[in-house]
Amino acid sequence: MPYQHTILGKVYRFDNLRILLARASPFRTGDALAGLTAESYEERVAAQITLANVPLKVFLTEAVIPYEEDEVTRLIIDNHDAAGFDLISHLTVGELRNWLLKHETGTQVLKTIADALTPEMVAAVSKIMRNQDLIAVAKKCSVVTRFRNTIGLKGHFATRLQPNHPTDDPRGIAASLIEGLLYGSGDAVIGINPATDSPSAVYKILTLIDNLRQQFDIPTQSCVLSHVTTTLDLVNKNAPVDLCFQSVAGTQKANTGFGISLGLLQEAYEATLSLNRGTVGQNVMYFETGQGSALSADAHHGVDQQTCEARAYAVAKKFKPLLVNSVVGFIGPEYLYDGKQIIRAALEDHFCAKLLGLPMGMDICYTNHAEADQDDMDNLLTLLGVAGCSFMMGIPGSDDIMLNYQSTSFHDALYLRKALGLKPAPEFEQWLIKQGIFDEQGNRAATAAAGLLKNTGNLWIK
Amino acid sequence: MDKITHVVEEQPLNFLKEFTAARIAIGATGNSIPTRQSLEFKLAHAHARDAVYSIMDTERLEDELAQFHRPVLQLHSMADNRARYLQRPDLGRKPNQESLNRLADQITGDDIVIVIADGLSAIALNQHIMALLQVLIPKLLAAGLKVGPLCLVQQGRVAIGDDIAHELQAKLSVVLIGERPGLSAADSMGAYLTYQPRPGLKDNSRNCISNIRPGGLGIATAADKIFYLVQESFRRKLSGVQLKDNQGLLGS
Repeated sequence: MPYQHTILGKVYRFDNLRILLARASPFRTGDALAGLTAESYEERVAAQITLANVPLKVFLTEAVIPYEEDEVTRLIIDNHDAAGFDLISHLTVGELRNWLLKHETGTQVLKTIADALTPEMVAAVSKIMRNQDLIAVAKKCSVVTRFRNTIGLKGHFATRLQPNHPTDDPRGIAASLIEGLLYGSGDAVIGINPATDSPSAVYKILTLIDNLRQQFDIPTQSCVLSHVTTTLDLVNKNAPVDLCFQSVAGTQKANTGFGISLGLLQEAYEATLSLNRGTVGQNVMYFETGQGSALSADAHHGVDQQTCEARAYAVAKKFKPLLVNSVVGFIGPEYLYDGKQIIRAALEDHFCAKLLGLPMGMDICYTNHAEADQDDMDNLLTLLGVAGCSFMMGIPGSDDIMLNYQSTSFHDALYLRKALGLKPAPEFEQWLIKQGIFDEQGNRAATAAAGLLKNTGNLWIK
Repeated sequence: MDKITHVVEEQPLNFLKEFTAARIAIGATGNSIPTRQSLEFKLAHAHARDAVYSIMDTERLEDELAQFHRPVLQLHSMADNRARYLQRPDLGRKPNQESLNRLADQITGDDIVIVIADGLSAIALNQHIMALLQVLIPKLLAAGLKVGPLCLVQQGRVAIGDDIAHELQAKLSVVLIGERPGLSAADSMGAYLTYQPRPGLKDNSRNCISNIRPGGLGIATAADKIFYLVQESFRRKLSGVQLKDNQGLLGS
């Protein structure tokens, strides 16, 4: 169905919802690469005005990727909460924005519409929101998940400890891991990207972390971010798998490129659940996403990268994850060119995911060929902290020597907690205090290293 | 008030540095990274940024490449400048019209064409390409292979080798290209080998040798690996995922 709007006598016509969404998207290089962006500033705002007038109901009948062709579309439509939608079914996209920003629209009511909004509706409203709108509404959302601790409580902010090593050397991993723990990092997960996807290597790392976790009775969970088929295999061999990881995207074709389907994820979810390793909850999945992944797999169906990204959240949501994060700046400048585009995309991703009810964190990151630096990351992490982001990464000196990109450091998390008065996950915070790593005020104790190091001697034997 | 002493805390974790190149035991002042370590990080990033914007020293390289006694072609991708190159990978994969004309003038049908592209670090090529070719080309010639023109490509990505080699009707291409700089090294070269190169091939039809630089994969070892792959590729008439390392040569 065509949409149009006239500005100063000039008629802007958009052939369908897919094109309208793309033209209304704030500029980013990935959409330009796909040939989807508005041709002028005026056209972009014309599209945004047009989009603001589209009734939410239209999104239920006009799919951006046909129902018959794509299992993600089918998932979105089939799982839509029609009863919950009653509350907002009369609104346009523009009216939805106004309603979301109202004082009276609080945490509770936002929870009740999490399943009534589709990813496309949420993507649409994000496109007509400023950065402060994205922050203000996300801050009102509450998503709490549990495994061995509790993630997402108001006033708390977690970190994924990411002690990667270029050759998966156990002592190299352990060195970064110990350092991270002594900086209070690791409540979201101790999560390692393996250098190879070989099951034996992954098994070795899993065992290393699990032994350490048990030795010190750390109330957290571990994860080796291998392909879901590798993890599934290890689960079936009864390896100590806490969380099952997978990268997911917003189209069936892109997921096929990742070597996954909804059916495979379901199988992995059920298998991981069956290990029953959680103590305070059973959220066992960890997903990563990122704008541009569908385009880079040539699987975007002419849908803009931010809408594709929001659709990935429908995939993640089906499996009740403990953690989800976008790896926002990892994909490179052909998708997100500079600090401005990375910051905008991250705020969109966090907002969309939270509104859809996901425990959203962020890998606040960039590569060396992007026009960005650590100052941009400082800006972004502060903004996300204000927005109530669930977690971010903790990497030694923010320099990942395996994946060769820059993210956030152990220090960054301490800065953010101090600046905004945030605490680690409560169970983890208690552990930090008990170990003498943090004092009651949440400051790092001067003698932090002593206790933990005394008991890790056998890790360093050559 | 007494004079301030011991501004930065002691580093009890220093001994862990032996096990990883990660930036551990960098200390803290308050919650923040101390001044020296903070500036060290900025310097590493500055080197990486400078590498991304470095320019291939084409005149000097052309002079020096003359020692191999084969034509040297100066080529350019369809990406006019670095900003365009960074935003439009598709343009970096295609030779511009002038380059196509230049290629059309060449005698064709050699076994191997060597493509030298700036990629994301021209300084990698500026610094290491001559040393590598001085080992590699004699090996190829000694094995009886015909080595075609040496192509210097500005604003090039890996896949531009497909179009160039196809124009020259070469049986195999070796693309030597500057890799995306990391914080630990900004001068790494990658080597990509493609059998029967032609436009439209995907990455799974190539074999890659990465991190070629002194301090990474050394020049002589890299030349050995490339030479081994070239021989295997001709013997088995393929490249890519099916071409595995049978001698453990590529394992390290």
